[in-house]
Amino acid sequence: MTPLLEARELVRRYSMRRGMLGRPVEVRAVNGVTLRLEAGRTLGLVGESGCGKSTTGRMVLGLEAPDEGDVQFEGAPMPPPGSLPWRRQRARMQMVYQDPLGALDRRLPIGVQVAEPLQIHGLPADATRVHALLRQVGLRPDQAERYPHELSGGQRQRAVLARALATDPVLLVCDEPISALDVSIQAQVMNLLVELQQQRGIALLFISHDLRAVRQMSHRVAVMYLGRIVEEGEPDAVLHDPAHPYAQALVSAIPDPTRRGNRIVLQGDPPNPAARPSGCAFHPRCPLAVSLCARQAPALKPRPGDGRLVACHVAQGEAAPMRKAA
Amino acid sequence: MLRFLGTRLARALLTLVLVVTFAFVVLRLSGDPALLIMSADAPPEAIAAFRRAWGLDDPLWVQYLRYFGAILHGDLGQSMRDGRGAIELVAERVPATLALTLPALLIKIGLGIPAGVYAALHRNSWIDRGVMFLAVAGFTVPSFVLGLLLVLLFAVQLGWLPSGGQESWRHAVLPVITLGMGGAAVLARFTRSAMLEVLGQPYMRTALAKGVPWHVAVRRHALPNAAIPTVTIVGFMVGSLLAGAVVVESVFSWPGVGRLLVVAVSNRDLAVVQCILLLVAATMVTANLVVDLLYGVLDPRLRISAGRT
Amino acid sequence: MAGAALVEIRDLAVAFDRTPALRGVSLSIGKGESLGLVGESGCGKSVTWLAALGLLPGKARVTGSVRLAGQEILHAPPATLDRVRGGRVAMIFQDPASSLNPVHRIGRQVTEALQLHRGLSGAAAREEARRLLDQVGMPDARRRLDAYPHELSGGQNQRVMIAIALAGQPELLVADEPTTALDVTIQAQILTLLAEIRRDTGMALVLISHDLGVIAETCERVCVMYAGRIVEETRTERLFAAPSHPYAQGLMAALPPIHGPRRPLAAIPGSVPEPWAMPPGCAFAPRCPRHVAACDAAPPPLVAVTPGHCAACIRPGAVSARAPLSPELLPA
Repeated sequence: MTPLLEARELVRRYSMRRGMLGRPVEVRAVNGVTLRLEAGRTLGLVGESGCGKSTTGRMVLGLEAPDEGDVQFEGAPMPPPGSLPWRRQRARMQMVYQDPLGALDRRLPIGVQVAEPLQIHGLPADATRVHALLRQVGLRPDQAERYPHELSGGQRQRAVLARALATDPVLLVCDEPISALDVSIQAQVMNLLVELQQQRGIALLFISHDLRAVRQMSHRVAVMYLGRIVEEGEPDAVLHDPAHPYAQALVSAIPDPTRRGNRIVLQGDPPNPAARPSGCAFHPRCPLAVSLCARQAPALKPRPGDGRLVACHVAQGEAAPMRKAA
Repeated sequence: MLRFLGTRLARALLTLVLVVTFAFVVLRLSGDPALLIMSADAPPEAIAAFRRAWGLDDPLWVQYLRYFGAILHGDLGQSMRDGRGAIELVAERVPATLALTLPALLIKIGLGIPAGVYAALHRNSWIDRGVMFLAVAGFTVPSFVLGLLLVLLFAVQLGWLPSGGQESWRHAVLPVITLGMGGAAVLARFTRSAMLEVLGQPYMRTALAKGVPWHVAVRRHALPNAAIPTVTIVGFMVGSLLAGAVVVESVFSWPGVGRLLVVAVSNRDLAVVQCILLLVAATMVTANLVVDLLYGVLDPRLRISAGRT
Repeated sequence: MAGAALVEIRDLAVAFDRTPALRGVSLSIGKGESLGLVGESGCGKSVTWLAALGLLPGKARVTGSVRLAGQEILHAPPATLDRVRGGRVAMIFQDPASSLNPVHRIGRQVTEALQLHRGLSGAAAREEARRLLDQVGMPDARRRLDAYPHELSGGQNQRVMIAIALAGQPELLVADEPTTALDVTIQAQILTLLAEIRRDTGMALVLISHDLGVIAETCERVCVMYAGRIVEETRTERLFAAPSHPYAQGLMAALPPIHGPRRPLAAIPGSVPEPWAMPPGCAFAPRCPRHVAACDAAPPPLVAVTPGHCAACIRPGAVSARAPLSPELLPA
C-alpha cells in the first residue's frame, strides 16, 4: 500500500551568523530524515528545541524546500512551490501552530478567517458551512462574530483547527499544538484531534516535546536528536522500553510521581546545530558512548531481535557499552 | 573588528560622495550662478568671462569631475562672491555656531535625560504628566516660533536680553535656550520610554528579589540598559552640532555656519554650499560611527563573542 | 506546625486596578519544608509570592499578612524588605535568559548579592562566586564569571540564577516555574540540582509550577490553586492517591497517562472564569461535574476532609466517575 506521505533523506541547511560580525556558518537543521505516514494514522515526532522537528514538518508540507531528499504525497512527488497543482495540493494538507493568537489575524472575526480558505480554494463559503465547521471543533456558531482576543486560548486553537479543516484536508501537521495551553485545555484539544481523526480519517504529524501527549496521540513515534531520527517504533515500545540512550534519558526525564531516584540525568546542554559533534551527534552526552561513536554516525535500522528502528552502535550490538562514572 | 570598521568607513565615505553629488546636482539645476552673482543687466561679455573663469561653460559632467577631483585634493574651491577660499569662509563661522550649539547640547542632555528618567520613575504622577506636557509642547512648537516668543517676552516686553546679534554672551542666551529646549523635550520623551521599557524587564525584578535597594537597582541595572537606545538620539544631536542651528541663527541674526548656508544658497555660491554640506555630512557620519562603536561598549550582546560554547 | 512556621501567609489578597488576582490565600511553610504550588495560568500561584516579597508593581493593592519567623514583612519598610529579599528568602524565575541583566557579567551579578547579604567584596567575593557556580554545577566556573548571560545556554543561566539565590544563604527559596522555559532533559538537571541543594543546605523550597509531575517529584506538600484561591492542600502522595477537590481530580485525569491503556482524556470542560467575571460562589462551579445549587451561594472555605488534608468544596471526597485516576499516578 502506498503511504499517504513519504519523506526520504530530507536535508535542510541554513546559514547562520554568530553575533553581528561573525562569519556565516552552515547549520544542518535536518540531516537525513526519512519518515512515512499512512492515511488516517498519527506519527508523533518528539525531540527538544533545535532538533529539527518543526523544520521537518514544514518540509513535509512543502512550505520549505529540502536541500536534499524528496517528499512524496499520495505516491507523487511534490509539485513545484507556487504552481497550480501545488496550490491544489496545499488544500489537502494543513498546518496547526503552537501559538493560536499568532496564527490568527487579530483584526478579523474568526468566522471570516474560517471562511477564507474556502474562498481561496473556490469552495462554497456561506455561513452554514462556516457554522458547521465551528460546531465540529466545539465552538458555537455565534462565536463566528468574535475576534481572536475575545476567545480563550483553547477556543482560539479550536478556531485555528476549524480553519485548517475547512478545505477537508487529509493531512494535518500539528507543530506543538498544545504546548501554549493550560493542562485542562490541552486534554480538550487532544480529545478533539483524536475525534476529528476518527470521523474524517485525517492523518496527523504530531510534533511535540511532550512525551505524554505524543503517546496519547500517536500510532507511531519517532524521536529526533540534532536533525536525525534516532529511534522509531510503536509508542508503548519506544516509551516503555526505549532502545536509544537519548530516548532513554528523555523518557526518564518525564516527571513521574511514582519514580524514586532512578532518573538518567544527561550531562551538558542541548546541542548546538552549528557545532555538530563528529560521528553520532549524541556521543558527547551519551553515558554509553564508545570510541566508535565519535568516529562513525550510526544508521537508523532495525535492531536484531525485535526489529526496533534505532540509530545507535551500542543498541545494535556493534559495540560494547562502556559505563562512564556519572 | 577591522572588517567591521572597514565596512563602516566605506559606508561613511559613500554617504559623503552621495551628499556632494546631490548638492552639486540640485544647485546646478536650480539656477545659473553667473546670472545671480553678476546682476542680470551686466554686459554679456562680463557674464561670459565670469562663466569662463569659473568653468561654467563646460558640460555638467566635466564640471562635476573637476569639482570632485578638487575635493579629493582637499580643495573645496573659492566663494564665487568674494573669491576667498570656501574652507576659510566656513571655518571662521564654525566657532560662532559651536558657541550656540555646545551649550545647547549641554542643556538637552542635562535637562532632557534627568527629566525623562524622573518621569519614568514616577510614572503617572503629576510630575510625570507635567514633564510630558512640556516635552510634547517642546517638540511640537517649531524653533522659530519658540525663538520669536522668547524674543517678544525677554527682549521686547521685559527688555532683559538683546533680540539678536553677537556682541556679548548675553546675546547668546536666547538662541541657546531656544535650541536647548526643543532637544531636551525630544530627549526627555525618549529617555522616559526607554526607562519604562527597562523597568518592566524581568532582570529588574531579579535585582529587587536579590535585595538590591530600589535606587541602587535603578542606577546599576536600569540606567545602563536604558542608555543603549538613548545614545542613538544623543548621537544624532552631536551630529547636528554644526547644522542644527540654521533656523535659530537666522531668527537671532547670529553669524554662524547656518546663516552662511542660507546666504550662500540664495546666492548660488556653489563652493560654499558644498563645503558646508560636506562638513555637516562629515560630522553626522562621524557621530553615527561613534554611536555604533558606543553600542558595542554599552551592549555586550553586540560585541563579538570570544568564548561562546 | 504553626509554631515552627518559617513563613506564614494569612488572607493574602491582591487586586490590579480593582480586578482581583488573588482572593484570600493562607498558607504556611515550616523550616526546611518543600511546598508545591500548582495551578493553571492566572490562578495566582506566582502573584502570591511576588506580593509576599513586595515585588509587585505599585498599582497592585495588596492586603493580608505575611510573617517571616513571626515578623510581619508585608508593607514593611524598604530597608527591612531589602534584607529579607535575597537574604532570608530568595526567588528565581521562569525565563532565566531575561531574568539576568544583559549588560553585566555573570560574576558581577553573583557578587552583587554576596556584597549585599554577606559583606564580601573584591577577591573574596569573586572566589565565593566561583564556589557558588561550582556548587550549582556550572562547568568551567572560573571562566564563566567573566561571561555575559547571552553567552550561556538557558540551563546554564538558570544555574546562575540559583547561584545568585544561594549567595545570601536563604532559609527559603521560591522557585517560580524554574524549568518551564527549559528543555525536558535540562529540566531534569535543574530539578535534581534543587533537590541536592535542599538536602545539603536544609533550606525550605517553594516550587511554583503548572506541572503536577514536577511538583510531585520535588515537594512534600502541595497546594492546588484555582482562580486566586487554594482549593486543596495536602501531602503530595495523598493528593495523588486521593484528590478531594473536583478541580484537582480533573487536573490529574486530564494528564495523558504514560502507562496503561489509552483512552479519551477526561478533559475539564470550559475554561477558567475571567477575573472580572467571577461566579458568586465556588469559582470552579461552572465547570464542575459535582455542581449543585448550593455551590453558587458563597465561595466554599478551605476545610479539613481528613487531618492534614483540606479542600475548598462543599461536596469533597470520592473520586468522581468523570475523572478516573490514571493508574500510574497511584503510588506503587
